[in-house]
Amino acid sequence: MKRSILPVLSLAAAVILLGSTGCKPKNAESAASGDAASRVYVPPGKYDELYNFVSGGFSGQVSVYGIPSGRLLRVIPTFSIDPESGYGFSEETKPMLNTSHGEVPWDDQHHLELSQTNGELDGRWLFANGNNTPRIARIDLKTFRTAEILEIPNSAGNHSSPFITENTEYVVAGTRFSVPMDNDNGDVPIDTYKKNFKGTVSFISVAPTTGEMKIAFQLLLPGVDFDLSHSGKGPSSGWFFFSCYNSEQAHTLLEVNASQRDKDFIMAVNWKKAEEYVKQGKGQVQTVKYAHNVYNDSTHTATSTMETKTLVLDVKNFPDIVYMIPCPKSPHGCDVDPTGEYIVGSGKLAALIPVYSFAKIQQAITNKTFDGDYDGIPVIKYEAALHGEVKKPGLGPLHTEFDGKGNAYTTMFISSEIVKWSLKDLTVLDRHATYYSPGHLMIPGGDTRKPYGKYLVAYNKITKDRYLPTGPELSQSAQLFDISGDKMKLLADYPSIGEPHYAQAIPAEMISKNSLKIFDISKNSNQYVTLGEKNAKVVRTGNRVDVYMTMIRSHLNPDNIEGVKVGDEVYFHLTNLEQDWDVPHGFAIKGANTAELLVLPGETQTLKWIPTESSMYPFYCTDFCSALHQEMQGYLRVSPRGSNVPISFSMGKNADASDSTLTKSTK
Amino acid sequence: MKHIKRFLAVIIFPLLFSCNQAADTTSDSTTTDASAQPAGGQENVQDDVSQKDVVKVAMGSKDHTTLVAALKQADLVTSLSNAGPFTVFAPTNEAFNKLPAGTVDGLMKDDKKADLQNILQYHVFMSALPPEALTDGRVLGMVNGDNVTVTVKDGKTMLNNSATIITSIPASNGMIYVIDGVLLPPSK
Repeated sequence: MKRSILPVLSLAAAVILLGSTGCKPKNAESAASGDAASRVYVPPGKYDELYNFVSGGFSGQVSVYGIPSGRLLRVIPTFSIDPESGYGFSEETKPMLNTSHGEVPWDDQHHLELSQTNGELDGRWLFANGNNTPRIARIDLKTFRTAEILEIPNSAGNHSSPFITENTEYVVAGTRFSVPMDNDNGDVPIDTYKKNFKGTVSFISVAPTTGEMKIAFQLLLPGVDFDLSHSGKGPSSGWFFFSCYNSEQAHTLLEVNASQRDKDFIMAVNWKKAEEYVKQGKGQVQTVKYAHNVYNDSTHTATSTMETKTLVLDVKNFPDIVYMIPCPKSPHGCDVDPTGEYIVGSGKLAALIPVYSFAKIQQAITNKTFDGDYDGIPVIKYEAALHGEVKKPGLGPLHTEFDGKGNAYTTMFISSEIVKWSLKDLTVLDRHATYYSPGHLMIPGGDTRKPYGKYLVAYNKITKDRYLPTGPELSQSAQLFDISGDKMKLLADYPSIGEPHYAQAIPAEMISKNSLKIFDISKNSNQYVTLGEKNAKVVRTGNRVDVYMTMIRSHLNPDNIEGVKVGDEVYFHLTNLEQDWDVPHGFAIKGANTAELLVLPGETQTLKWIPTESSMYPFYCTDFCSALHQEMQGYLRVSPRGSNVPISFSMGKNADASDSTLTKSTK
Repeated sequence: MKHIKRFLAVIIFPLLFSCNQAADTTSDSTTTDASAQPAGGQENVQDDVSQKDVVKVAMGSKDHTTLVAALKQADLVTSLSNAGPFTVFAPTNEAFNKLPAGTVDGLMKDDKKADLQNILQYHVFMSALPPEALTDGRVLGMVNGDNVTVTVKDGKTMLNNSATIITSIPASNGMIYVIDGVLLPPSK
């Protein structure tokens, strides 16, 4: 069961007792529309219409699906080590998972956001949040690899993240857990929460051409739980909206204690104003510690730098940056429509969906139509900010996306359905069951100025009987809907990886045209690259042995190595000399506790190995690369400590075969 | 050597004939969608970035138009666009011209496809042999199942004492050796 929706369960019991049957799922077997098969069929060799990037939740990774087929195209290692690619195992990639706490090999990945220009998808990068040990990753969509990971200081539970501004100026990161700030004493009684615990939202700047991230400023805020967020756009450009719950500031049994007040808040942040204060030199520089990890596609190596400074603006000192807008019952989703005028808060325990008007919010701020303050932050009167309410939309509203045709679609966790409603008059237009209990939903471009309103995917939290049973542990289910007509049509149902939370999708052409085929070996500047087989070598420096080994169909060079001793630190630097699309080579040596490598064409990757016993160690290519893949192998002799066997290496110098009948043909 | 032959039997021959099989299924109404596929395999991959494979190298050579036409007629383009690794002995147009008049035209007829395949497969060895591996007296078991003997004399490397290696060209999936004669499999 997922933490963020636990509070809803108490309501579920109430719903069942009340005997509410109106929102019960229809018979699942008859739910798919008649022409569904042809709508999702992508013939062999043909491409999908869209790339769909799906968060992996507790897997820590990002998966990539084709839509409408629902075919899994790739899993991108992001916040977890990956035994398929060697991410987090090779010496070159290990720094990517470094944090101020040391290596964190497995995180929880919730939300994704594609980069935008003018509020529209531009296909350059994908941002991903690391929820547990707060981090933001940037994935390069030319390589489908994690290019950068930035840790967030003064943060815990990086949930309302990594949403971006219209031109990808900033990625935001809001804290789900309030905590004592990093340079304050954290060793305090938990029941001093109200005094010592603070929330923050961070604005991380993104360099326009390289995409490199940097913490620009952090807003110091009351100790609530920030949940989700979205950027303003069009008229609301320059503003950002965050949902927050636990305005009760409870620190125990939040299921009960954070559900007491009728209303929590949507927090409106005027980030343009905050930016001005930063430019004026306002704010306080704090000494903290956070890792900044960058992968370089030329050196094929990641570097991890420990940063020590952050700029904090305490909003109490800057009263025109932040405003609170009351929102019923622990809001979860916080979504802004394509026009930028409407902000939808989804109170997950509420029987209605409030829709706010940006124009009205501005008017209320101008006229100071406030209802007191919350910890020094002005609270705008609910009615003054409200465009209207969607009445009785369903039970347990969580997230909303938009089709660009004036309609909004909201997931209902409790009543297990998607509800389509009109932004204009806030009436419910259609509802469709999902199987079962959706969390997020996604319309391609559905949170941008220009949605691609043809499909909708619901990411469900409960699977139960949807697929052939696989024991107690089940893959979570995704359901694809056609939303091109008045009524939603269910097209397909497919399993996913980890736990999908938010997702993004983009027309395929915007990414496929830029996709890299190989790494240009002439640009490989890894410090241990072996450019050409003639440069293959083994070098001993004290007890360190560097093996400069090449890979090409179908041999490793050198493939006979002697002179390594027990206790030596052996570094295998593997360079794949291939310059041919989709010809990776793998490397594995018996007994290596550091696992294996996968090396892409033109790339260099390093495996560290410390042999502990004198023996013969076979090694080989692990990726079926060619008809003679099984021949791609070699031996490394390990002698005891103190042995005087000199370092030697070779390839192709075969001894005579022992069987004389073979001698002729092998000579 | 035995090992390699086993490989050929198991892997190469099915590959060589796979395109024929694919073509056969196109008349089957249950595979209508598969029939929308272009004939062949990896030779159709759109890729202007990677290093060229042995087929693409041959196609780019004005001296190998006869060989390329023969590879197409023998349905060998798909197989040689595969991952390999191959050593391909590539006779020039001039080499083909040295054959008795009408030989090439005869082999290009559909009813002689098996003979053409046998001859062309006699020019392909599994493994990308570097020049230093072509040592005097080395016997190479070719894809068609027959052997070719290497001789090295006065700095010249010859095959079956009939064709001389003119030059070598590395390709993504193997090595091409341009030769000045066509290798004919031993008659059985």
